Amino acid sequence: MTGPNRIVVVGAGAAGLTAAEALRNRGYDGTLTLIGDEQHLPYDRPPLSKQILAGTWEPDRIALRGNDPLAKLDADLLLGRSAVGLDMATRQVLLGGGDRIDFDGLVIATGVTPRSLPGADIAGIHLLRTLDDALSLRAHLLDGPAVVVVGAGFLGAEVAAVARGMSLDVTLIDPQPVPMYRQFGHRIGELVGRLHTDHGVSLRCGTGVRRFLGAAGRVIGVELTDGSSMDADLVVVAVGAAPAIDWLAGSGLPLGNGVECDTHCQVAPGIYAAGDIASWHNNHFDTRMRLEHRMNATEQAMAAAGNLLGADRPFAPVPYFWTDQYDARIQAYGIFPADAEITVLHGQPTSRKFVAGYGHHGTMVGVLGWNSPRELRTLRQLVVDRTPWPPQASVSATAIAS
Amino acid sequence: MRVIIDQDKCVASGQCVLAAAGVFDQRDEDGIVVLLNDNPPAELHEDVRQAAAVCPALAITVEES
Repeated sequence: MTGPNRIVVVGAGAAGLTAAEALRNRGYDGTLTLIGDEQHLPYDRPPLSKQILAGTWEPDRIALRGNDPLAKLDADLLLGRSAVGLDMATRQVLLGGGDRIDFDGLVIATGVTPRSLPGADIAGIHLLRTLDDALSLRAHLLDGPAVVVVGAGFLGAEVAAVARGMSLDVTLIDPQPVPMYRQFGHRIGELVGRLHTDHGVSLRCGTGVRRFLGAAGRVIGVELTDGSSMDADLVVVAVGAAPAIDWLAGSGLPLGNGVECDTHCQVAPGIYAAGDIASWHNNHFDTRMRLEHRMNATEQAMAAAGNLLGADRPFAPVPYFWTDQYDARIQAYGIFPADAEITVLHGQPTSRKFVAGYGHHGTMVGVLGWNSPRELRTLRQLVVDRTPWPPQASVSATAIAS
Repeated sequence: MRVIIDQDKCVASGQCVLAAAGVFDQRDEDGIVVLLNDNPPAELHEDVRQAAAVCPALAITVEES
């Protein structure tokens, strides 16, 4: 059996571009088409809610590759084009405008689309996913508005931090009891909440948005489910994102929470998925997961590209992700189930320099570091090794010393 | 091979150290990347390429000679 020689990659973000590059690095010399629905050359998203929003970096700083590497890719780069369908019978990707592109190998990497809220279609209410979104939001923040951020996950918390850095009045709202509750649980979420209040954010947890208040088509405030309301000149809705699978409806591919892959990122013969859109079974944790993390986009794209070319390797990483808020760099390896137990492995939470371990069903499944990059990298091994939980007191000391 | 790092872009993930410990390290105080060898020997080239590929901050550039 010969390998594919007409590969199409749909999605030109970190996952799509990395997949294309990995295919070439592995010696694939057939035709390669990379399709992206934005006009911009492939760019990196984590800085959008950090340096781009803060204005410390110009947009050219976040290009994923320079012109030379892009040219070396020897790919048809179709920018500003959306995939609108997939025809499994003819093995073609359908583009808006009517073009059809043949493939015998396909990588699906169309990422996610931000969720919105009812009534959020009035002026002054922003979503943040793309570079254009970030530049528009920054331009409006420069007007000095009173800011309300709805949603205290990664994105909302980072936006709140940047807005406070611009000395704006910021209110951060989340229906959960503390910020980043879903990501890291109550104890760490409490510390994140304190970090924000220490920096002057008005934190409103345990309450959601009932409706947006508008006048003349523009937001002027937010009414909360607890009955209170507040003024707002600008609202950022950061309530998560949904996999961009609409274009695959009716294709026959298994869709659920994303595109459902097997342990090898395969969706169907010759068809793989990677990045935010891909749900797959991670053998390391023996569970199905879908990750919206920058690191996973790269790692999964490399794995999917390899398997498309016959590498036959399960993708079973210990996931890595991070967030930067004010002077806090919070980094994490592993998974952080809602019912996990937590214990401090190194340092002191009160000193805002520590590493915490997360245990689930008798195994250490995650480690989280707060301003402790080196120690965290070392303690990651405890997750790789599936260290029994609760860990013995000597475990972390031994790991750090080694 | 020549290795170039961008400490301003670095997010202290430490992925480069995991991939190529002999070439990269992290500063004690903040975990930012430190380059130990900007001209690594051939046997480390594949590890260094891997480090550059997985860096989530695109802070490592490899110039092949």
